[in-house]
Amino acid sequence: MLLVLEQCLNGLQLGLLLFLLAAGLTLVFGIMDLVNLAHGSLYMIGAYFAATFTALTGSFLAGALLALGATLLVGMSVEVVALRRLYGRDHLDHVLGTFGLILFFNELVRLIWGPAGLTVPLPDWLNTAVPVMPGLLYPTYRIAIIAMSLLVALLLYLLVMRTRLGMLIRAGASNREMVGALGVNIQLLYTLVFGLGAALAGLAGLMQAPILTVAIGMGENILILAFVVIIIGGIGSIRGAFIASILVGLADTLGRGFLPELFKLVVSPAAAAAAAPALSSMLIYLIMAAVLVLRPEGLFPAANR
Amino acid sequence: MDGLTKRFGGVVASDAITLAVEAGELHAVIGPNGAGKTTLIGQLTGETTPDAGRIRFAGRDITSLPGWRRCALGLARSFQITSLFLDFSVLDNVALAVQARAGHSFRFWRDARREPELRQPALAALERVGLAHRADVLVAGLSHGEHRQLEIAMALATSPRMLLLDEPMAGMGPEESVRMVGLLRELKRELTILLVEHDMEAVFALADRITVLVYGRVIATGAPEAIRANAEVRQAYLGDSEEAAGHG
Amino acid sequence: MTGLLDLRSLVVAALLVLLAALPLYTGLTGNQFLLSVFTRIVVLAIAAVSLNLIMGYGGMVSFGHAAYIGIGGYAVGILASEGVTSGLVQLPVALAVSALFALAVGALSLRTRGVYFIMITLAFAQMIYYVAVGLSRYGGDDGLTIYRRSQLAGVLDLSNKTVFYYFCLAWLAATVVLVWRLVNSRFGMVIRGARSNDRRMRAIGFPTFRYRLVCFVISGTLCGLSGALLANHTDFVSPAMMHWTRSGDLIVMVVLGGMGSLFGPLIGTVTLLVLEEALPVIIGLLAWPLLGAGAARAGEYWQLVLGPLLLLIVLYARGGIDGMLSGARRA
Repeated sequence: MLLVLEQCLNGLQLGLLLFLLAAGLTLVFGIMDLVNLAHGSLYMIGAYFAATFTALTGSFLAGALLALGATLLVGMSVEVVALRRLYGRDHLDHVLGTFGLILFFNELVRLIWGPAGLTVPLPDWLNTAVPVMPGLLYPTYRIAIIAMSLLVALLLYLLVMRTRLGMLIRAGASNREMVGALGVNIQLLYTLVFGLGAALAGLAGLMQAPILTVAIGMGENILILAFVVIIIGGIGSIRGAFIASILVGLADTLGRGFLPELFKLVVSPAAAAAAAPALSSMLIYLIMAAVLVLRPEGLFPAANR
Repeated sequence: MDGLTKRFGGVVASDAITLAVEAGELHAVIGPNGAGKTTLIGQLTGETTPDAGRIRFAGRDITSLPGWRRCALGLARSFQITSLFLDFSVLDNVALAVQARAGHSFRFWRDARREPELRQPALAALERVGLAHRADVLVAGLSHGEHRQLEIAMALATSPRMLLLDEPMAGMGPEESVRMVGLLRELKRELTILLVEHDMEAVFALADRITVLVYGRVIATGAPEAIRANAEVRQAYLGDSEEAAGHG
Repeated sequence: MTGLLDLRSLVVAALLVLLAALPLYTGLTGNQFLLSVFTRIVVLAIAAVSLNLIMGYGGMVSFGHAAYIGIGGYAVGILASEGVTSGLVQLPVALAVSALFALAVGALSLRTRGVYFIMITLAFAQMIYYVAVGLSRYGGDDGLTIYRRSQLAGVLDLSNKTVFYYFCLAWLAATVVLVWRLVNSRFGMVIRGARSNDRRMRAIGFPTFRYRLVCFVISGTLCGLSGALLANHTDFVSPAMMHWTRSGDLIVMVVLGGMGSLFGPLIGTVTLLVLEEALPVIIGLLAWPLLGAGAARAGEYWQLVLGPLLLLIVLYARGGIDGMLSGARRA
């Protein structure tokens, strides 16, 4: 039972990290109609910056803040220099163009930081565990990730629902031309939105850096998961992204954790050992397939998409 | 159609529309902008699913049939906003329409552009609308009026029993309009036509019966003279003077 | 198709002659490496042609076509490791499994359009990738060595590099001819019409879904063929064959060469793979004045150039090389 709870917390943590990524992706797609495959690269850059700045400053928090700012800058520069020329074009153009960016960023990171992965050491005050429930010690850092992500989710919600910027974002999602006609600086708005997405991706990257990985190509693996989340949740919908990412995070973690056990109840241990890992990996995609069959627009599609 | 209702959010686009089109007649549907005429056509062709009501065609209830099936039954439509295959030639466009009715298309080897079973009927349809001389031109290079003619040719090429024409005169100059009216007058003799139009001259020249749609509701149906004289119609749509005739 | 002597026709003809005569050259000079490079080009060109069928003519952008290369390859690999080395069994199995997978993926994905479709095909390809990684019995992440190439009942010896090259070239020719007939047939008209205006196709009475699905299955099957041949070429299969970046490479090949043209994918494959070999050398040469001895290492980072190059092509040369050759801008 405690094991289940622990895995649930892990699943929640993964889900929230996915949400940060998915939210950025879906925002950019919803507002600018831009499919950005290089979103994963921003995630990777966030992690690498965190590693470097933490090493330089000796403080994890300082490193994290600097990394966040740096990723924000990189994101906005990429938008201004390259991506804004892609607006209004066919989605295939976006896919190809941002695919080229992925190649570029992977090589650039390899050039600057070398091919080997990096590590980010956790400060002592975070490297502890707290009793979440009697008998269950859970790493403080993971709780911090969960808390931080929830906070960001809340801030995002407030931003989109309660501020002028958010109103512009929502308006821009429904009707680009009108917002432009109202005298709003669309170019600036787009750059800011993209920057926001980049910051979210960078945050996810730097938060998971101490416990998961800092390596070239890390962005792509999680990017596909993020896209699965968006498909399940509905493109353009942040609420959908939230629910879907929790769902995917839990499904993936619990699936990998318990599916082999469940299998052993039904088939022989040998067969279970062989089939279970493959099936656990497939689980999320099977869910996506199911959603596609039953509700192709996603579970919570945004109104006008 | 019987009791056709369609809602988009809070807007009732079609409000219990009940209408019977007699075989062989040209029945015009008119109404101010936003009256829901295109939504109506959408429901008839199967692009939009009605929230309530039924549609019968040639004795069959077709309400749940998918759009492409309805065409096979003989219901053809032309589009208000030209919807053609822009990167193909005029002949290719019509040939595609012919091909749709020529059995299944799981033929993988023969060059379709050389098949007489497809070319002949296509050329014939083009002759009818007067576009045969432009057969090999890319559609993207046609004038607007020629686009509309092509729309009709494609609808004809599917050997329909009934034509649903969605504003075929839209955006046409006076000369082209006269030509189109002439064409429709000819077609009237062989086919049943449901004509949605704004051009009042054309409507009154061609229609056997007229239905007036306002805010999704049928407010009057009848012979042209009766409609012209109907006070409600005049108030809602035509305005109080004859000046309302012309491109609305 | 314009006149016989225009630039595009000349380039294509030259390319075909080159491909046909290559083994003669490498036989004389003993340059086995070059033969190997071009065998790979020919095999991957089959995959590119298959992708162009659905992408260029059908408007369906699949970001998961590497999955079929993997399926075809693993069919050969798994059968070989189980002792079944007859190509007459391996090949049909490879094609059949590819077709089935394409049927399943297509049936689900073709309900969607645009970017949804792109991402969904990507996701399914990833799924197969992870399945392959999980196949510990067949090497998992490390891959599976193939000790004996497909046996063709003694008629052809595929372990002979020249024979194998012509074998693959024959398959490429057959594939191109098949696609050529296909896109001009009634079936092809439906597919191209659906790409041009799907709504209109349905309005005139075509149930476009089933035609697109059949087209998708044909494409996946041809790509599986490519995979089976690739497995023989490398004597090795691994999940890396189906990594999503491989799917990206295929898309690049098709777009670079010119989508929706018959020989475009071939031109694109040749260009990309030659660039892969040549760019490092070129960069090394260019960097020599600046870096001296370190120039060779500079060449390793050739993807730094390829990435932005791709972006530039997307922005300014959308019709690909074929488009540039024929002077037309394709949409």
